[in-house]
Amino acid sequence: MSPPELLALIAEFSEKQSPIDFVLILSHWDIFLTGIKNTILLVLFGLVFGAIVALPMAIARWRRIAILSEAIAGFVYVIRGSPMLVQAYILYFGLAQFEAVRESVVWPVLKSPWFCAAIAFAINSAAYQVEIYRGGLNAVPRGEIEAAAAIGMSRTMALRRIILPSALRRCLPMMANESIFLLHGSAIASMLTVIDVLGAARRFNAQYYLAYEGFLAATVIYMVLVFGITRILGFVERKTLKHLALRSATNRIQTQLI
Amino acid sequence: MDSLWNYKWLLVQGSGITLLLGICSLCLALVIGLAGAAAKIGGGSALRRIAGCYTTFVRSVPDLCMMLLLYFGGQTLLNKLGTVTGWWDYVELNAFFAGVITIGFIFGAYMTETFRGAYVSIPPGQLEAAHAIGMTHGQVFRLITFPQLMGYALPSIGVNWMVLLKTTALVSVIGLKDLVSYGMSAGNTTRNPFIFLLAIMAIYLLFTAASEAVLRALEARYTRGRRREV
Repeated sequence: MSPPELLALIAEFSEKQSPIDFVLILSHWDIFLTGIKNTILLVLFGLVFGAIVALPMAIARWRRIAILSEAIAGFVYVIRGSPMLVQAYILYFGLAQFEAVRESVVWPVLKSPWFCAAIAFAINSAAYQVEIYRGGLNAVPRGEIEAAAAIGMSRTMALRRIILPSALRRCLPMMANESIFLLHGSAIASMLTVIDVLGAARRFNAQYYLAYEGFLAATVIYMVLVFGITRILGFVERKTLKHLALRSATNRIQTQLI
Repeated sequence: MDSLWNYKWLLVQGSGITLLLGICSLCLALVIGLAGAAAKIGGGSALRRIAGCYTTFVRSVPDLCMMLLLYFGGQTLLNKLGTVTGWWDYVELNAFFAGVITIGFIFGAYMTETFRGAYVSIPPGQLEAAHAIGMTHGQVFRLITFPQLMGYALPSIGVNWMVLLKTTALVSVIGLKDLVSYGMSAGNTTRNPFIFLLAIMAIYLLFTAASEAVLRALEARYTRGRRREV
């Protein structure tokens, strides 16, 4: 059998017999690729901008700066206590009703569903990241901070050279969780008409009047993405937390010997 | 503000549906979670593998995607099954029912891990001691494991419940008229979606705050007998 014949046979099987027309899905790889690109970009935007906003907030919380600290705690509570979908709707549908917003300089940004989704992700992720970094800062041993002060470092220098590197390293496992969490949350971008992975699936389904084939493809893509992120972050974690891992490994050997 | 007041009953109705959906899904999730944990801990290798696949699968797919897949895929599957067996004609899934099943299915996976973790936290010495004085497996479970299981699982169940409640906001995609869906339509009719969305957010915050209070009370109750580490 020649390759073209085989291909024709596969196409026929896919269309007539197989419960899922996988050839049709594969022939629309381009829209799913757009979806993957948008999902990854949105998640990266949310994580990076979330981190930029969250780090100063976490330091303010950690130093217990009056008023500011309470205000940040309130922000975190409100964002973590309400659905991200509603937050994204407020940005996209809610703000657009005000004349002042529509005439302001930020309108070109708030007009775009992509940026509304991205900003919603950044705000949402910032609230979760504040708590992660605060936990990391609180976990820095007192001795490290005292040692930095003892050799004459200023507070800022101690923060930059000693405390933050130590704290952020501790946050890595939690950040891995947060990345997966945001990737899961990013599916709501499709509700704002963005073509992310799920948006691509919905468009694909609508085009061919299918019920679930696109969602099945999206499910598989999300699983691959989650798997990829877990692997990459696991690698980074092992690299940066090497000194801690070694110690726990020796501990384990010691306990086994006992 | 006026428009919000005019639609207050709609919002109350939506909140009721959201809350009811959340509670029903929580119950289903708890049942699935207990079964899943039992399979992971005490099941044979096949059961353990099925439970493992289930938790890995659910936890790597976004809930919105899973919801759409289960709703539309499930409907098609159900109808195909009906045609093949001839037991039923075309059925259309009720949106509320479908929502409960999907959310319960998703959070059942998280609850499985919760209960498994709680079981592992029970000091093994207690179980060994119970077996040593001649208790049967059933007695150990009923008298030793189960009463403590809830205490250990409660904090994690609480976290899952809060996430679950927020996930219910997504059911409007499968056509269920919940708080978000009612609020959005009221907002669009009055051309004032901002205030309605803020109200929805406030209602969710209220639910979260109330849940926190209830959980704190429950936790105090269920961990009465446990020694505190100082």
